[in-house]
Amino acid sequence: MTTRLAPLALGVLLAAGPAAADLVFPDLSYRTGPFAAGGIPFSDGYQDYFTLMNERDGGIGGVKARVPECETAYNTEKGVECYEATKGDGALIYQPLSTGITYQLIPKVEADHIPLHTMGYGRTSAANGKVFEWVFNYPANYWDGASVVIKYLMDENGGSLEGKKITLLYHNSAYGKEPIPTLEALSKKHGFKLTLIPVDSPGQEQKSQWLQIRRERPDFVVMWGWGVMNQVAIQEAANINFPMDHFIGNWWAGAEHDVTPAGMAADGYKALNMNRVVDYPVFADIRTHVVDKGLAAGDGSNVGSVLYTRGMYAAMLAVEAAKTAQEMTGTAQIDAAMMRDGMEHLEMTAAKMEALGMPGIGPEFTVSCADHGGSGMAIVQQWNAGDRKWVPLTDFIAPDAEVIAPLIEADSAAFAAENGIAPRCD
Amino acid sequence: MTDLLYAVEVMINGLMAGVLYALVALGFVLIFKASGIFNYAQGVLALFAALTLVGLQEGQVPFAHLINAAFGTDLHYFGWQLPAVVAIVLTIGVMVLLAIAIERLILKHLVNQAPIILFMATIGLAYFLEGFGDIMWGADIKTLDVGLPQGGSAWLEQATAGWGGENFYGFFIDRLDIVATLVAAVLVISLTLFSQYSKQGRALRAVADDHQAALSVGISLRFIWVLVWSIAGIVALVAGIMWGAKSGVQFSLSLIALKALPVLMLGGFTSIPGAIVGGLIIGVGEKLFEFTVGPMIGGATENWFAYVLALVFLVFRPQGLFGERIIERV
Repeated sequence: MTTRLAPLALGVLLAAGPAAADLVFPDLSYRTGPFAAGGIPFSDGYQDYFTLMNERDGGIGGVKARVPECETAYNTEKGVECYEATKGDGALIYQPLSTGITYQLIPKVEADHIPLHTMGYGRTSAANGKVFEWVFNYPANYWDGASVVIKYLMDENGGSLEGKKITLLYHNSAYGKEPIPTLEALSKKHGFKLTLIPVDSPGQEQKSQWLQIRRERPDFVVMWGWGVMNQVAIQEAANINFPMDHFIGNWWAGAEHDVTPAGMAADGYKALNMNRVVDYPVFADIRTHVVDKGLAAGDGSNVGSVLYTRGMYAAMLAVEAAKTAQEMTGTAQIDAAMMRDGMEHLEMTAAKMEALGMPGIGPEFTVSCADHGGSGMAIVQQWNAGDRKWVPLTDFIAPDAEVIAPLIEADSAAFAAENGIAPRCD
Repeated sequence: MTDLLYAVEVMINGLMAGVLYALVALGFVLIFKASGIFNYAQGVLALFAALTLVGLQEGQVPFAHLINAAFGTDLHYFGWQLPAVVAIVLTIGVMVLLAIAIERLILKHLVNQAPIILFMATIGLAYFLEGFGDIMWGADIKTLDVGLPQGGSAWLEQATAGWGGENFYGFFIDRLDIVATLVAAVLVISLTLFSQYSKQGRALRAVADDHQAALSVGISLRFIWVLVWSIAGIVALVAGIMWGAKSGVQFSLSLIALKALPVLMLGGFTSIPGAIVGGLIIGVGEKLFEFTVGPMIGGATENWFAYVLALVFLVFRPQGLFGERIIERV
């Protein structure tokens, strides 16, 4: 009930204002090309949530949301073109779902003063709001993810990884290389041997990599993959009889389409997730107000899948930040600067998520001027091939802040020095 | 001793990978040989063939998204599950129809145009087919199940385990790669027999040698083009099945064409044996380089090393290993 009344009350409160233009949330999606299988459900979830806001709640604070879509094909140049083509339309926030595009957009959004939200991807040290004023990466970043994997493995191994061999199989790109500094630091701290094995994009052929893994017999393989690399890696792991429950992907290597091509052979494969996937009440609302009315971005078949849920979660965080901005400024017609302020004062509590029809979808966290990274918590889930379902194995696990905080500090300080940025928030 | 045995294992797996590269390269060679067209769309043909195979096998309604959006229906599947063999035969039929359509709609209108024009047309065809495949069968990843075996050969692994000491875990050879090798061998033998001993095959060779001379003795160029694009479509289907079995059928399958380019540079654009030998050399070369030098320079050498190897060959034999020597007289 609160779900429906809160936006209504805010809408009534703000309705007395002048006639409002739409709130614009551009969607830099990829529905074509080799990474489309991941891009489509994310974009569907992202767009459907804004449609739900419009159809069920009459918009955000009474103002309709508009989501202009621009196809990037996961191509960095096209992503930048999409940004340039849509930014003049009153864009409030960008979520490009690509680390490569993110790196190109960081200097642009800092100059254009438009917030960039890279949820669980992008430049990790952007978590430091003192340096990255316009970039946010809550609720978790890659270094958090790497730390959560190691923490989980330690729990599974009686609290120690001393002498164990861990292989990082990674997409040979800016994205895939992100967790390396953290894993190297954790390797020194916990005494495990880390081996790095890159896979060139797109990763259709991985025979050499898996022969190496077969020779070296690591205790665990951690994967930072995306697109076809994930499906091939899981199949190759099965081919060499690598124990699936010792194979853990990050949150971009843990969707249904990553495991289904390998069939029963993928049973037991594990992956991180920054958002728990269960049958949330909000899905019923989406089916009623969006899919059944023929307004869904896709055909509705993705509702409830891992990446659809994550896209919806990303949209929900944007909507909640917009609402926060509206409450802070007393106007429904917010601009990008107000949106940024809203993001910087965002508080996600268990009660709020429950009221939105997504109880426990993510960890509780608070964003601040200095902390743009959130709690960094993630769960570990396991694929049950028989039921074709991801089963959560753990509750949200906190990362090792003792290791990550200095890395973020050092990397962001280097960025600040290179770009002549004076730290803020003092 | 252990390292040597592992090097042998890498070499064998390189040969097998090379066969898979050669399967893609074969499609390029067939079309180039018969028409002088570098078919940029060959990778997309493999994708389209594999999408069609899975779609037919699973009884997927083609253009379901379009139909549902236009008429408000909720169609997705016919409700049948076709046996793999039937689906493969039907897919071959679709590829032949596609070859006819390509000839009627594109090639027929470009007779006597410069090769670069024909090449540009195939770029357009690639983009069209990728989008057409998407609209027809959807962009989600599809599981390909035509009964191919997956995983290493347990017998070989157990029989050879311990040969080089306790750290040698036996030879690993993927059973899918063995099947791919056998299929490629059958394909090459069939193509060779077809081109040597059948009337159409001889016509095809005549066109490959000299278009105008072939036309003057009554060979239909249009028929030959349909024939050769049909065969290339069938080869693309085989490549799509072998690669799709590893990764599921998805749009990155079209990128396997990138693996064929160094093979073509090395083996020559006009030789079927060249495609096979080139594939094997690239496969073994890139895998051995990754095994020996890769760890010293951070790995992920295969993509670029294949091109470097091809370039080295180009310096000494610009026409490729089996390509026709280019002789230009003033």
